[in-house]
Parts: sequence; structure tokens; C-alpha cells
Amino acid sequence: MDFITVIVFAPLLAAIIAGLGNRAIGNVPAKVVTTGALFLSCALSWPIFIGFLTGSETASVVPVLKWVESGRLTFDWALRVDTLTAIMLVVITSVSALVHLYSWGYMEEDPDQPRFFAYLSLFTFAMLMLVTADNLVQMFFGWEGVGLASYLLIGFWFKKPSAGAAAIKAFVVNRVGDLGFMLGIFGTFLVFQTTSIPAILEAAPAMQGVSHITFMGMRLDTMTVLCLLLFIGAMGKSAQLGLHTWLPDAMEGPTPVSALIHAATMVTAGVFMVCRLSPMFEAAPVALGVVTFIGAATCIFAATVGTTQWDIKRVIAYSTCSQLGYMFFAAGVGAYGPAMFHLFTHAFFKALLFLGAGSVIHAMHHEQDMRYYGGLRKEIPFTFWAMMAGTLAITGVGIYDLHVGFAGFWSKDAIIEVAFAKGSEVGLFAFWMGVFAALLTSFYSWRLMFLTFWGKPRWIESEHIQHSVHKTPEQAGEDKTGGYHPHESPWVMLVPLAVLSVGAVLAGQLFAGSFLDSADFWAGSIAYNEQLMHAMHNVPWLVKYAAFFVMVTGFVFAWYGYIKNTRFPGMVAEQLGPIYRFVYRKWMFDELYDIVFVKPSFWLGRVFWQRGDIGVVDRFGPDGAAWVVEKGAGLAKKVQSGYLYSYALIMLLGLVAAISWVIFS
Amino acid sequence: MTGLPILSLMLLVPFVAAIACFFVEAKLARLVALLATLINLALGVVLWANFDVGGAQWQFTERADLFAGFQWALGIDGIALMLIMLSVFLMPICIGASWTSITKRVGEYMAAFLFMEVLMIGTFAAQDLFLFYIFFEAGLIPMYLIIGIWGGDDRIYASYKFFLYTLLGSVVMLIAMLWMANEAGTTDIPTLMQYDFPGGAQTWLWLAFFASFAVKMPMWPVHTWLPAAHVQAPTAGSVILAGVLLKLGGYGFIRFSLPMFPAASVDFMWLVFVLSMVAVVVTSLIALVQHDMKKLIAYSSVAHMAIVTAGLFSFNVQGLEGAMMVMLGHGLVSGALFLCVGVIYDRLHTREIDRYGGLSINMPRYATFFLLFTMASIGLPGTSNFIGEFLSLAGIYKVSSTVAFVCTTGIILGAAYMLYLYRRVAFGEQKNADAAAMPDLDMREWLMLGPLAAAVLWMGVYPESFLAPMRNDIAALDARLAGVAPAGDANLEIGEPLPVEEEADHGGAH
Repeated sequence: MDFITVIVFAPLLAAIIAGLGNRAIGNVPAKVVTTGALFLSCALSWPIFIGFLTGSETASVVPVLKWVESGRLTFDWALRVDTLTAIMLVVITSVSALVHLYSWGYMEEDPDQPRFFAYLSLFTFAMLMLVTADNLVQMFFGWEGVGLASYLLIGFWFKKPSAGAAAIKAFVVNRVGDLGFMLGIFGTFLVFQTTSIPAILEAAPAMQGVSHITFMGMRLDTMTVLCLLLFIGAMGKSAQLGLHTWLPDAMEGPTPVSALIHAATMVTAGVFMVCRLSPMFEAAPVALGVVTFIGAATCIFAATVGTTQWDIKRVIAYSTCSQLGYMFFAAGVGAYGPAMFHLFTHAFFKALLFLGAGSVIHAMHHEQDMRYYGGLRKEIPFTFWAMMAGTLAITGVGIYDLHVGFAGFWSKDAIIEVAFAKGSEVGLFAFWMGVFAALLTSFYSWRLMFLTFWGKPRWIESEHIQHSVHKTPEQAGEDKTGGYHPHESPWVMLVPLAVLSVGAVLAGQLFAGSFLDSADFWAGSIAYNEQLMHAMHNVPWLVKYAAFFVMVTGFVFAWYGYIKNTRFPGMVAEQLGPIYRFVYRKWMFDELYDIVFVKPSFWLGRVFWQRGDIGVVDRFGPDGAAWVVEKGAGLAKKVQSGYLYSYALIMLLGLVAAISWVIFS
Repeated sequence: MTGLPILSLMLLVPFVAAIACFFVEAKLARLVALLATLINLALGVVLWANFDVGGAQWQFTERADLFAGFQWALGIDGIALMLIMLSVFLMPICIGASWTSITKRVGEYMAAFLFMEVLMIGTFAAQDLFLFYIFFEAGLIPMYLIIGIWGGDDRIYASYKFFLYTLLGSVVMLIAMLWMANEAGTTDIPTLMQYDFPGGAQTWLWLAFFASFAVKMPMWPVHTWLPAAHVQAPTAGSVILAGVLLKLGGYGFIRFSLPMFPAASVDFMWLVFVLSMVAVVVTSLIALVQHDMKKLIAYSSVAHMAIVTAGLFSFNVQGLEGAMMVMLGHGLVSGALFLCVGVIYDRLHTREIDRYGGLSINMPRYATFFLLFTMASIGLPGTSNFIGEFLSLAGIYKVSSTVAFVCTTGIILGAAYMLYLYRRVAFGEQKNADAAAMPDLDMREWLMLGPLAAAVLWMGVYPESFLAPMRNDIAALDARLAGVAPAGDANLEIGEPLPVEEEADHGGAH
């Protein structure tokens, strides 16, 4: 049996055992099976990745089972492994294994642990199916499978109404994206007569600019239509502007879920899809322009919202949304290597930040509002240093001339540079947005750190803490800790933090050469543009230092606002007034969608039902007929009670007629 | 193939059992019915196992002259085989669903179900036009009785509605059949499927059949009998109504309208498309605002059946196979969903969604099954409905991207109303003490839901078992339609436009 089969199906098997066994097998066996399966998958994935790094592995496809054959539309279950897949394999299995381990501590007191671990493993299986897909339909299977797992995990605490609502929202908004994805697959099949990804990628370049198709009455460039439809799918899953509204709400799920699904893996599926299909997107320059624009817009939009939120998880959620924007505009300018590199490094440092936030929440008795944190540096030092590593990585701390830096320094700076190097208008737009977003990234990341770990404790204001210490703020008086003692998390939660910290520190340094500059490493699994990568290294020095400058500027602003002069942010917010409220309320997307989509749907449903079905169809149909009969001949009674017999009679008469017809003709 | 007249046997077993049910007491009637349906299921398995995939189009044919040119002609192709399998698979489950909930006139009730099984299998196996007609129309009589006698409070109105709609369609269809038999000089369905009726007549014949099939489907706007019938029917009645009877319309289209009147089918393609598009959007939105679980699922059935009609009228292999797979998948899934409603209805005696809530707490296993079938209804890949929806929408896209777009919005709306339902039933706090006290599934309910779940996953992961028997029949139908099938609106042009002459040559070669 191939290793890849084990890697993919071990989590599925574990999920089935833990899910169906549930309470019958108990908490510990369920946790051992799922976590063990994930560590097994992880242990088998790294050799594959290292094999591709050293060049000893080559791309392969392992067939599993026939799936569908309908005319020329055929697709099978198969596991494809190439460089791109190998990267995703290590990201998914590593983060997932660590999150499984972390959850031993984080979910310790939950009564429903086997179900939680079964969902986590099921998610991992679906995600692995997505990245090993050899055809678009299996990719869609994984796509929907992770959506299901995401739905289940967001709604894991299903008693909370907000969790149920967030779960539905995540699924339905993703379905809007899926509409595009599905139409994209149909269109691709129509054009290429196949859903096999290698076959499509081989045929795509020849289509650039010379092929046209009618889509919904419009005559358009074929590749542009297909790529834009597929990209709509990517926008949904990766929470890009317009279809992003589900991601912040998804924070209703337990924090380990946010780390695994809504930071490191599932939400990057859209980026993965664009990279997987990069030769196809390369044949559609207009679509790439749109990808760049949406990516850049998301990057700046989410960063602005991130600066205003108080909930620690929401800040990190908007940060994720923003970082995904970076990945998309990198892909949009044709720099798939940097996009995947940022996906790779981001997975480590963002998972770290989420798990770190989880550790803080754990320490603070489920309080998530940063206004009630403060001064935690000394209380939970291990968590603090882990979060510090994550923050240094996401803000991109590093020194260009010495070639040393944390993970984000390598990947994010490369993206900003390559957007400039591209030289196109939309590339320049992305560059400026990227630089400005980097400033905001630095600001909100340090804001989070300062509010949480520096300053004086403000804990007693929190209802959660009040519950814990059985005191009101008045009773506590001057002592803003309320006598509460935050406790550092158990070792099962700290070990994943330590491992991910190593990733956040070193992932950039170690792998930059391969991801950014090695066509051999990619081995054709993405469209690798050597010239562009070359140009990236030769941008003016001001561009190279831009990210560094804004990183420092953001830090200084945050330091001034949240350590030096803590009244300053409130004053600024007041000065900005409506602008601040607009940003704080997330640019009013939820309110807008509620007015434009949700309410009208229910209203229309009621109208079609009461006015349409009952008011028109029934009134002039069956009810009307009964009325006519009643008025007309007073036969109502007979009709009402004897219809069955009349029916049988008519049938019989008809048959007699039929027989006589046959006999006499 | 064995020499055994297995199709007649499959009609005989439930027929004899039905007669027997009249004369025995309730307990025994249940056992007789269960035994008969299980024997039929076993016979169905034998039938499937002996079906020669890739062999002759019509297999297990039986022929006996009755009188006056009237024939007892049975025989099945892959399409009929699959629908017969669906029927015999669902029947024992229906008997199981009625095991404890039906207490009055049990013998008659079981007899009605067994008669219905006879008539359903007969409909799919009939090869004579008038034999088909008898089975097809008479199949609804047991259903009227089931709704009218064992139904809810408003059962008379519901069965009246059901009757009125179906009556109108069947009268005109009978007239059309008479004309056809006269014109073609035969009542043999396989022969008629190859017969070329004159163009003008096709139009009228098509409309006559359409009147009947559209109601049975049901298509918007002649669908209003369905929610009423479902709401009033007992659980097993809903299961068989949604599971098999709704498939009669689709079967009619694929067996009669498309192969017998191909030219007229193309002429009316847009009529079907428009009705289907309206149905997908309108009935999905209506489903969103329902408070009655059964009504919600009934409306969702109308939306799903609209994908079937649109898929059938896309005149290509994917559309046709997809439509068949939606019918099979929907038969399993909607049946299972009605069973799920029945399970909690039996405990609390209300279909009001708001009376439930938080069932994941006290009924975790039930919630798991319900979730699986909800996801299957939404068309999650890996479940039966995905295969059908995906294939039919891919087929529709080939003809018109606009129609495909509108029909695909069903996946968004479907997710919205089903998850909204699931949330209100299974998520949240336990609002009502009586709902919170309901026990989880018992063994009987496990035995009903378990096989359905297995079938749903089997069809989703390895649909080849179901596609393979139908492949040649669909291909034959596709070939029959090839001459008239529309080109599609994509007008794909690859590379430099070909010189005009070459294009003409290319076209002429066909």
C-alpha cells in the first residue's frame, strides 16, 4: 500500500471509529485513535515533502476507485502527489496533528470529546482529498467535505444560538461560492471535454485569447469566463471580499478549530486551487487582474477592520482574511511560488497565534475581550513568548541586508516586492494596498500584544472573571485583578505552541530558496515564472525596505496608543466618528446582506406561498373547481365523497373504449 | 437469465399477500406484509444479479396474449430495473414504519400497500401501452385510500386535490394512447419507442402526455396537491409517495415523451426549462418559510424534481443519466427524511418545527441520521444526490448556461432551508420538556434508517453500480434524440475561426 493512501485514509478511519464509537468507547480511546492517526499521517508526509525538496521524489498518481462515468464525463477517485500537494500535506497533517494534541488540554472539560475529535479527523481527511485531487470533481468533493466539517465544528456547541447561526451562515455563504465553482466545472467540461486537471492544464495555454464562448447571453473570452467562475468558488472558501462575512462569525467554534480550519488549512483552499490551476489562470489575464484586485481589496479591507475589534479571536480572524488577500494578489500577478510560500509560513504562525489566543482564553476563564486583559506577560510567560514569536512572524520582522528574519518577513515581503515587480497597473495597486495593509498588520498585531500582555490588569471588568471569583468590580475596589489568578495551560497545549513557534521562526529562513527561486523544486506543479522571480529580486531598494518601514511605523503607533498614551485611540476614534463606526461595524456588510438577500428571501417565500400557491394556483385550480361544481349543479356532495369511484369509473370507461377501438379498427 | 417468469412472480407475491391481509388479524397482517415485501426484495436482488449489463435492451420479457390484441407483456431495461429496485427496497421499510403507528384497519392498510407495490412494479415492467396505463393510473388508487382513510385531519381535502389534478391528466393521456395505438398499429412500447409519429401529431400527443406526467412529477404550477397529500398522509404513505410515486412522471418522460415524440420534445424544451427554473427558485423559497416539517420536505421535493425535468430535456447523456440518478437518490433521501419526521412525529404527534429543538442532546443517534440525510438532500458530494444533481446540471449547462445557472441556485437555497430546518430541530436548547424527554432510536427505527443510510453513501461513492445497468439504455435514447437535440448556446469557438467551407464540410459529415 502506498504511503499516500495511509496518509489520506488513516484520519477517515479514525474519524469513523471515534464518531461511531463515541460514548461507547469513551474519551481516551477516541482521542488516542484520532491523534495517533494524525501523527502517523504527519510522520509519513514529511519524508514525501523532503523528497520533493531534495529532488528524490517525482509526481505520481495512485488510483483508488472508479467514481462516475457518464458519456464523456468521467472522473475517478485518485490520489495525486506532486510538489504542490506535498507542501499542503505537511501543512495539513502537521497543524492538524498539533491541534489534535492541543485539544486534549483545551477540550478537557467538554462532555462531548469523541464527537469533537471525530470531526477534526474527518475534516483532515476531506482536506487531504482536496489537495490530492487529480480531477476537479474530487477537488469539489474535498471542498464540500471541509465545508461540512467546518459547519459541524462551528456549530459544535450547538446549544448556543449564535453557534447554530454562524454554522448555517458559513455553509450557505460558501454555497454561493460553490455555485461559481460548479458552473466553472461544467464550463470546463464543456470546453475541454474532461475534468482531469493535468489534461485541462495541458490544453489551456493554447486557448489564451483565441477562444470565445457564450455565457448567459454574453459573448466572452472562454478562459476568462472559466477562471472567473472557478475563482468565485475560491472567494467563498477563502473568505475574500464580498464572500468573507462567514469567517469572523466562524469564531463561534472552539479555538483549536479556528486554528486548524479557519486559519491554517481550509481557508487556504482557494489559494491552493488558483495555484493548482495556475496554467489555466495564466491563459486568462483578465481573470488574473480580477484575482489581484479582489486579493488586494480584501487585504486592506480586513486589515482596517482588524484594527478596531476587541475580541481577540476576531482580530486574528480578520488578520487571516487579510493575509489570504496577500496570497491571492500574489497569485494574481503570477507569483504562485510566493503565494504558496506565504500559505506555508502563514499556516504555522497563524495557527500559533490562534492556539496562543486559545491559551490566553483558557487562562482567562473563557474571556475573549481584550479590554479585560492586560498585564498577562508575567502570569502566562510561556504563552506570551509563543504569541511573541507569532507576532514577530506575522509583522514580518527581519533585516534585509543580513538575510535573517522571521517567517512572515520572507513570504510577505516577497509578495509585496513581486507585486511591484510585475509592473502592471493592478500590480501597483496591489503593491500599495499591500504596503498599507502591512502597516495595519503591524499595528493590530502589536495592539493585540500590548492590550493582552502589557499594561495593568483590567480583569475584574469581565463577567467571566466575575463569575469565577464571585465578586463585582465594586467589591474588588482598586484591585483590578479581582484576586483572579490566570493559570498557564497544561503541557499538551504548550508543546504544540513550542513546535509552531519553531515553525514561525524558521520556516521562512529554511525554505525561502526552494519556494521562491527554484523551478526544479516546483517541477511544473505550478506555472513558475522565472523572469518575474528574477525581477522580484531586483526591485528598487525603497520597495525592498517599504515593508520594513511600515512594520516599524505600525509598531510605534501601537506602542504610543496602547502603552504610552492609552487615551489616544479613543480620541482618534471619536475624531473619526462615522468612519470609525463604519469600520468597527465591518463596513456594514452584514447589515447590507441582511437587507438585500436574507429578508427579501423570506418575504418572497411567504408571498409565493400565500399569494402564489394558495391565492392563485389553488384558488383557480382545485378549490375553484369545487366551487364551480357546487354552484353549478349542487353535485358537490357527490364529487366530494364519490370522486374515487368516479375516477375508477372514468378509467374503466376509458379502457372499454380502448378495447373496442382495438377490436373494431 | 433464468426461465422463471420473475417479473410476474414479483407481481404475484404482493398480490397474494394483499388478498391474504384482508382475512387475517392485525398482528398477522403485519407479518404477512413484511414477509411478502422482503421476498420481493430478495426477488429484486435476484433480478438485478441476473440482469445482463450490456446485454439485450429488454430482458426478462414475458408475453401472453390475453384477448382482442391485449397483451400481458412485461420486460425491463436498466432504467426500469433501477426503479423497480427502488420500489422493492423502500417497501419493507414502509411496512416497518407502519408497524406501531397504524392501529385501525391494519389488514386493509397492509393490503393497500401491497397492492401499491404490485402496481408500481407493474408500471415499470409493463411493455404494453394499455397495461402500462392500467398500472400507472390504478397505482394511485391505493394512495388515495391511504391518505383518505389513514391520513390526518384534513385528509378529505388532500385526497380530493390529489384526485382532481391526476384525473385531468390521465383522461387526455388515455385519448392520446388510443390515437397512438391506432396510428402505429401496435401497443408494444419498445416498438412505439422507435416509431416516428408525424410532426404535427407529435405536438398534441406530447401535450397530452405532458398533462399527466407534469402533474405526477409534480411540476410547478400543478404541484399544490403534493404538500397537501404529504401533510395528511401517514409516514409510510409519504415515504412511498416521495420515494416512488413521484418518479412515475420522470419515468413517463423518459419512456414515452422523449423517445416517442422527440421533435415535439425539442419544441417544448423551453416550456419545460422555464417551468423548471421557476420551480427551483419559487418552491425553494417557499420551503424556507414553512413551519410544518412535512410541507417543507414536500416543497423541497418539487424543487428537486425540477432538476429532473430540466436534466431530461437537456437531451444529452449527462442530463439523462443525471436525471435518473436524481430520481433514485431523491427516492432514497426524501423517503428517509419523511421517515425521520415520522420518528419524532410518533413520539410527539406534531409536525410543527418549533415544538422541537435541541434533539442532538436527547437523541444523538437520530440527529446523526437526520444530518446525513439533510446533507444528502443538499447534494453533498459523497452522497447519492450529488451524483444526480452534478450530472444533470452539467448536462443542462451544455444546452444553456442560463438555465444551468438558475437551476444551480437551488444548491444555495437548498442548503438554506434544509440547514435552517436542521438547526431548529436538532440544534439549540431543549425548549419543550416533552420534546426533551423523547427517547433515541429503537431497534425497529435503526433497521429502517440504517439500510437507507448505507444506500445513500453507496450511491454517492460508487454510483457505477447504478449507472452501469442504465448506460446502454440512456445511450440508445441519446442516439434516438441525436438528430433533433439542440446544439446548445455556448457556441464555443476554439482558436482561429475555421474557414467557412471547412465548417460546412464538417457539418455535412454528420
